[in-house]
Parts: sequence; structure tokens; C-alpha cells
Amino acid sequence: MSLERPSPFAAVLETALAWALGALWLAPLLYAVWTAFHPPDFATRFDLFAPLTLDNFRRAWEAAPFARYFLNTVAIVAIVVFAQIVLGTLAAFALARFTFRGRDLVFALILLQLMIAPEILAVANYRTMRAIGAVDTIWGIVLPYLTSAFGIFLLRQTFRTVPQDLEDAARIEGCGTLGVLWRVYVPAARAVYLAYGLVQASWHWNNFLWPLIITNSVETRPLTVGLSVFASVDQGIDWSVITAATLMTSGPLLVAFLVFQRRFVQSFASAGLR
Amino acid sequence: MRSPTRLDEPPRGRFRWPFAGSGRRTVEAWLLLLPSIVLFAAFTHVPFLRTFVDAFHSTPKGRRPSHFVGLDNWVDLAHDPIFWKALTNNTLYALGTIPLAVGLALAMALFVNGRIPGRAALRMAYFTPTVLPMIAVANIWLFFYTPDYGLFDQIGGLFGLAATNRLGDPSTALIAVMAVAVWKEAGFFMIFYLAALQQIPPDLREAAAIEGASRFTFFRRVTWPLLAPVTLFILVNAVINAFRTVDHIFMMTGGGPDNATNLLLFRLYELGFKFWDQAQASALTVVLIVVLASVALVQFVFAGRKVHYR
Repeated sequence: MSLERPSPFAAVLETALAWALGALWLAPLLYAVWTAFHPPDFATRFDLFAPLTLDNFRRAWEAAPFARYFLNTVAIVAIVVFAQIVLGTLAAFALARFTFRGRDLVFALILLQLMIAPEILAVANYRTMRAIGAVDTIWGIVLPYLTSAFGIFLLRQTFRTVPQDLEDAARIEGCGTLGVLWRVYVPAARAVYLAYGLVQASWHWNNFLWPLIITNSVETRPLTVGLSVFASVDQGIDWSVITAATLMTSGPLLVAFLVFQRRFVQSFASAGLR
Repeated sequence: MRSPTRLDEPPRGRFRWPFAGSGRRTVEAWLLLLPSIVLFAAFTHVPFLRTFVDAFHSTPKGRRPSHFVGLDNWVDLAHDPIFWKALTNNTLYALGTIPLAVGLALAMALFVNGRIPGRAALRMAYFTPTVLPMIAVANIWLFFYTPDYGLFDQIGGLFGLAATNRLGDPSTALIAVMAVAVWKEAGFFMIFYLAALQQIPPDLREAAAIEGASRFTFFRRVTWPLLAPVTLFILVNAVINAFRTVDHIFMMTGGGPDNATNLLLFRLYELGFKFWDQAQASALTVVLIVVLASVALVQFVFAGRKVHYR
């Protein structure tokens, strides 16, 4: 079995193994899609000629305020991603290109958040939210996530690769600090913004524990919490409707993933590896 | 000699603004950092310190404010069988899911990195579970595990096996939720291996081919050592995830049956937000922080020593 030309037997075996694993990984999803698009009678019975229907989606949509949940999730994701990028850019610029006393200490303290995620500190954070009246509000959900150590770390790395000459040239042209940041550094980090934005958007679309803790009404619940309430309380065991709701809530993310597949995979890899 | 392009300090002899020179740069730097520092302090550092203080104080009840109780909370925690159960479960959960998920991730990456028919489709198949919310994934798997109707019993039924309640049986429930975690995470870890594999210089492969090395030898002597830093990175993330991801527990078992699937963070939720026992919850938070801190420490020590290939 040489390196360049594996024996035909080995090649076939490898392909078969790879696809067996692939089938195993796809099966749960295909099964969910099957159940969601067929009448409840066929939920657990496979029949190639079973009639297709969108009725399960309609029933799910009517049975719970999914429109509101969608709105909440979109608002949460938009606020968090926007804030993290803006605040992260400012902080990363200071850490990458300014020398001042205490810089390394500040950076070390920021990196502490990499280890201790906000959901670990939920008990203390909940008390803070109660004190400032943010329980059961969108702000209560997003506040702990508005700035991220990971984002600052990533952008600082990127900003440090920008040649100092570019900044100096912009300064001579008359740019102030924010002008330099906007004209020189932000364009240089465009790819990082996209990668980081995609990763964070999908992460916050899927976030569950903290929103579950801090919300208790329809007006603030994101999709994940709404889905968990819907599946556990409202529906008994009507799997067709529950599966339809499940696919519906992950739908936009799934579509975005299929469209930007290469980008997505690269983003996850680069945002994690740098 | 001062470089003429360094603009930290303006040339002498000209009008100086307040905070001119390095002083002004310092003020600017702190202003840029200010919003992030305020948010970090409010939602990470202060709660972090407060948790340590709370772990030595009682839970405020009605008119009775919180007061210092020394080690009482720790003694209570040490006498709480559910805490030990959750700690044991979490350890088993980590030991069971991580090697399997990381091993599968490596296999997937090697498959997809080679010249295999349907490469793009395969990569998509492996990676898709990563994109889905854990809550949605848990819902789908809950359906599979349903006695009689679920996929597993349907398949078992074809071979004449009786219906089983995998999530309802304390001896199988933990394994059932572990399977979900492996399915969800393997594809995520795969992409890190894939990115690393693509950075391995092709001439190494050519040289090994000339030497007549087998594929296995090449993997053992070249690929695997080169993947060491990524493996460490993935392992650290996997451990952190094993203690941080409990969404599926909410959906599938609620920690049951008989705490068979209770994990530390889920227990923290129960103590903090079901029983509103702030004192016990704070002590448990400290335990979780210690666990995560030791993981970070391991990474710090090893990452410094590990051979990097660049």
C-alpha cells in the first residue's frame, strides 16, 4: 500500500467507510425533514409515495408565537454582532498599537473571559440584571455578550500585522486616531470581520441557557427558548408538528449555511485557529 | 535616535495640546478601551469576585439578609449526593464523548482531505449538525429515542427486538445524551483538523513517497506529529464544551431519570434558578470555575512546550 497509489481495494474501502459515516451523520436530518414534510400518519412510517404537505409548518406557526420569537432572535443577533465588532475594534486597536502603562494587565484580564463564559456566572449576573431592572428584556439577554474577549483577541492579532507605515502615512495626511482606525485598520481586517461575524451570528442564534434564565415572556424569548417551551408544553407528542417547528427555527441558519458553505467552514476554521 | 515617522510625540517647539505627546496617546488608548472594560467589569470580573464572596455567605431570605457562614456552604456541597453524581456524570460524559468525537473528527478530516468521490457533499454532511441549535438537535434525537415510534425502536423492531426506553432508563440515559454530543461536535472539530491538514507542505508527501513510506507510516511519522498543536487546541475546546453545553439535557431528560444525566452546569441551574439557593449555587460556580481554570492552565503549560511546525 504505497503512499501515492493506494491499492484499489484500500481506495474502495476508504470511500465506503467515509460514505457510511456520512450517511450516519445525515440520517437524523433527513429523517427530520421526512417527518416534517409528510402528514402525521407517515411520521414513523416510510413510504416513498406518501403525500407531501406543508401543513405541519402551518400548524406549528399558528400554535405558538414564532413570528415574535424570530423577531427577538434577529434583534439579539444583530445587536450582539454589531456591538462586539464595534467595541472589539476599538479595544483591539488600543491593545495592538498603543503603548501605555497597564496594557498587558488589561489584556490579561480581558482574556479571563475566554475561560469564564457569561453563562457560568449566571447566578451573579442574574442579580445584576434584577438590580438594574433588565430581567425579561432584550437588553438583559444581550448585555453580558456585548463585548467579547475572543473578538478582541482576534482583531488585535490582525491589527498587529498592519504595517506601521500605513498608519503614519494616514496621520501625515491629517487623519486623527479614529480616522486612522477607519481608513487603515478596518479595511485591513475585512475578512476577519466576516469570519467572526458568521461564527458569532450562528452562536447567538443558537444560544439557549442564559436567555432561558433571564426571560419569562413571549415578548423577549428567542427562538431556542420558544422552541423548548413549545416542544415540552404545548404539543404533547405530535412529532410532525414539533419536527416542523424544529426545522423552521434552524431554517434560516441552515439556508445561510448551504449558500455560504465554503465561507462558513473557512470562517469557523480561521476564527478558531488564529 | 528618534524615527521621524513616529508620531507618538510631536516635534518640539510647536504648540502642545493638553495631553500632548505620549500622555495624549495614553488617554486615547483608555478611551478606546473604556466601553469594553466597563462591560467586562460589570459582567465578568465583578460577578467573578462576587461569586467567591457569596460562596462563604448564606442565601438572603425575606428580611434576613445574607451573612457570613464560613465553610458551611462547602460542607453542604460536600454532603450533597446529587453534586457528586453530577460531577461523576460530567467526568464520564467528558471521557466518553471527547475521544470519540475527536477521533471521528480526525477520520472525517482525513477522508475529506483526500481525493474521495463526493468530497464537498461529504464535508457538508459531516459539518451540518454543527450549524443547528443544540435545542433543535435534542428535539430530533428525542424523537429517535421515543419508545416504539422512534427510529431506533423501528429498526430494532425489524430484527424482533422489544421496545426500549433509552432515555428513561438510568443505565442507558447518559450514553444516549452522549451520542447526541458526539454527533453534534465531531464535524466542528473536523474543520480544525482539515485546516491544519491543508497547511502540511506537499513536498513532505512527495519526499515520503520517494522513500517508499506506506500511508500508515506517513500518518504516524509525519501527519500526526504535525497535528499535535491542533489536537491540543481541539482537546481544550472539547473539555470546555463538555462542562459548558447542557442545552440538550434540558430538552431530553431534565437531568433525570434519578439524576442519571445531571451535569454540573445543569445542577447549577437547578440550584440557582429552581431552588433559588444562591449560597449553594455560588459554591458550585466556584467548582466549575476551578475546573475550567485547570483546563486553561493545562493548555498554557502544554502550548508553551509543544513543537510548532512554523
